[in-house]
Amino acid sequence: MKKCRRCTKTATFHVTEIHAEKAVAIHLCDSCAREYLENNDSPATETLTDLTSKLDQLISQSAESEATCPDCGTTFGEFRENGRLGCAHDYTEFLAELLPLLENIHEDTSHIGKRPMRTIIGPEEQAMLVQLRRQQQRAILEEDYETAATLRDQIADLERQLQGDDTPLH
Amino acid sequence: MQLAATSGEWLCGDGPCSDIVISSRARLARNVAGFPFVGKASDEQRAQIISQVNEVLNAPIDNRRTSSLDLTELSELDRQFLMERQLISRELARGDGPRGVVISEGERHSVMINEEDHLRIQVLQSGFSLDDCWQECDALDNRIESGIPFSFHPQLGYLTACPTNVGTGLRVSVMLHLPALRMTREIQKVHQSAQKIKLAVRGLYGEGSQALGDFYQVSNQLTLGKTERQLITEVREVVQRIVEWERKGRRHFFESNESRLLDLVSRAWGTLTSARSITSEETMHLLSSVRMGLQMDLLDGRDASLVNELFIRTQPAHLQHTYGEALPPERRNIVRASWLQKRLEENRGDNYEPR
Ligand SMILES: [Zn+2]
Ligand SMILES: [Zn+2]
Repeated sequence: MKKCRRCTKTATFHVTEIHAEKAVAIHLCDSCAREYLENNDSPATETLTDLTSKLDQLISQSAESEATCPDCGTTFGEFRENGRLGCAHDYTEFLAELLPLLENIHEDTSHIGKRPMRTIIGPEEQAMLVQLRRQQQRAILEEDYETAATLRDQIADLERQLQGDDTPLH
Repeated sequence: MQLAATSGEWLCGDGPCSDIVISSRARLARNVAGFPFVGKASDEQRAQIISQVNEVLNAPIDNRRTSSLDLTELSELDRQFLMERQLISRELARGDGPRGVVISEGERHSVMINEEDHLRIQVLQSGFSLDDCWQECDALDNRIESGIPFSFHPQLGYLTACPTNVGTGLRVSVMLHLPALRMTREIQKVHQSAQKIKLAVRGLYGEGSQALGDFYQVSNQLTLGKTERQLITEVREVVQRIVEWERKGRRHFFESNESRLLDLVSRAWGTLTSARSITSEETMHLLSSVRMGLQMDLLDGRDASLVNELFIRTQPAHLQHTYGEALPPERRNIVRASWLQKRLEENRGDNYEPR
């Protein structure tokens, strides 16, 4: 199921336009299609031009970012398709693309609520943990149990280090 | 499953505004730091997350013993049962791969593991009690976090697989019974006033589900840019207004058309106590009228808690659990009718007299 370009809800509105000699598909959910494309005040002809220009705008924005998360391999296009991010690092990797989306969804881009009481694991430590875990997976698959055991210890060390430290990293 | 014998506390029918508010719920979405989100996690990683959560939630929550269920070991019927009971979501019931749920005694707390996010921490209570739900959910979140570090971004807050939940990760919802607003078609007003401040109005089982039995869920949609308290206040204020409308609607209905209202409620009671075969949809529809009748003292029956319970117990998976075996739909309708008759007769009270 395609997800809405503006807010990631399930899309119900689909148009395909030719843009720069390429067919570009635009998907919007019910409420975004209504909110974004409808303009009841102007006469019908104007609405039509208006609609075309809004679609054009969406299409030109859709020069799709080829960004790929180095941690989990998720591409931004993949996220567009299914509306799900692959790991915490995606928020850092795709931040530029996600901010306008968050603005559409939440009308805001900054968290002001609860924060973890203890150590906040920074993006670097997170990425390192994910990487170590992935290497561990690969070692297990390749039946290289010695490496897998070393990696397991490294992961445990890092976890202990992160849990024992009470001062926020950021 | 031992749950079949008891009933969730949230169904007990007490708590503030229980004439209209069935239950309140707070839910937090959390992901364990250092693991990919559920969609990209391997089965081993998902199993690791389950065992970490089980370890932390081994000890009682608020003096309530906990039980941990492995979804992959449950039959489809058991999974549907948990869903009907509001303890797990449709997504967790129908998903695949290692996933589980930890439930506290009385079914007040439930922690879903490997749903859309690694953790979905939920507190469910009877009546209109959002603040209590939030406080307990907050405390449970702190307790889990003391053993498991969560993914948190300095600007964006708690990170979730879907950006619609990022920030607080908090979804609060209130389940309302709104028969009068539906009958007077004023339910549109509810949708509009909720939409205006970006709240969602849905049916009993969440997104896309129908408003069966005149049950509606009101919940926040935004999760970023506001504090948890602000989000709760917004939902509370809208729900207060809706409760007033529904009460006014019921009063107005009674004053302007008492005989029609009495007829409606008595017919519903009559069908429920004499039908020989009945679908769960029709049951929901009729129980809705009976519940309203009981709340308005139009039936000298028992308290509404029985009706709250019947709403859940006549659902397909609950019915089959009570009966003790899987039944084809046709048989289910017959069993449902005879079971309803028995329960309503038992509980009608000594001086029952339809007015
Ligand atoms: Zn949308
Ligand atoms: Zn990633």
